[in-house]
Amino acid sequence: MRDFYGTTLPTGFMLGTAQYPSPAILAEAFRRSGASVATVSLRRESGQDRAGQDFWTLIRDLGVHILPNTAGCHSVKEAVTTAHMAREVFDTPWIKLEVIGEEDTLQPDVFGLVEAARILTEDGFQVFPYTTEDLVVADRLLNAGCEVLMPWGAPIGSGLGLNNIFGLRALRAHFPDVPLVIDAGLGLPSQATAAMELGYDAILLNTAVAKAGDPAAMAEAFALALKAGKLAQSADPMEPRDMAAPSTPVIGKAFLE
Amino acid sequence: MKLQLNGTPVHSDAPTLAALLTAQGYGDAKIATAVNGTFVPASLRADHALADGDSVEVLAPMQGG
Repeated sequence: MRDFYGTTLPTGFMLGTAQYPSPAILAEAFRRSGASVATVSLRRESGQDRAGQDFWTLIRDLGVHILPNTAGCHSVKEAVTTAHMAREVFDTPWIKLEVIGEEDTLQPDVFGLVEAARILTEDGFQVFPYTTEDLVVADRLLNAGCEVLMPWGAPIGSGLGLNNIFGLRALRAHFPDVPLVIDAGLGLPSQATAAMELGYDAILLNTAVAKAGDPAAMAEAFALALKAGKLAQSADPMEPRDMAAPSTPVIGKAFLE
Repeated sequence: MKLQLNGTPVHSDAPTLAALLTAQGYGDAKIATAVNGTFVPASLRADHALADGDSVEVLAPMQGG
């Protein structure tokens, strides 16, 4: 497993904490997923009900790395301020940087993303940028100080899988030494396997597990799929070809005409 | 003075951000704060004077993807 800003993760599974039917099911999904990282967010807290405090206790007890996000931020200023607030609350320099540029697809505003990444990196953050598979943007993010890239597979919450296999393969080939995480869009474990077969280092997902009929079972299914894909990638898969090639030896075949 | 606390109008005589948080029941809660869109670290809350019309945001851990 490649390391992420000096931290080697036991598995390449990063799992979101939103949309579960109950806190108990969330905890069970994490247990069966073997996830190494939990993504979290910040929202307004009331001084009366203090809902965030119970959630924090639940997440802390999962015993995984915490990756706070800047979800819902549409400007550089908003994202940078949210990152600072997250660093204080969660006591980590890690930040999943989202600067949303378009509402229908929740596509990142890659121009704002690069700018925010530079500001945060210079301030000591370790940025996990939610980006597209665009090679030029990737290069700019690395120049801004990012040491991890998180291209989308498909729009957040869509479950469409890997929309641009060519682009994702090209990204892997162009940056062989950079930890790459498929972030968003995965709906099925087979898509996670495909991501790992492409040579990606990790996946980050939420909805596919949380909104499954049985989230804990789906979490385990993704864990197995990740393991299969990673093993397959390390086993040096055969090259595909256009024409058939007989697998059964022809030599020694009886003449029966 | 009139303030906005997490988007809701409140009346408060709290002279500082720290005093406002205490008065509003946050106590020792795990929170982060911003005033008028600017992050105010916990270490500076006691020194951060509030003024009429200030907009205060108090955020806490929440589910996220």
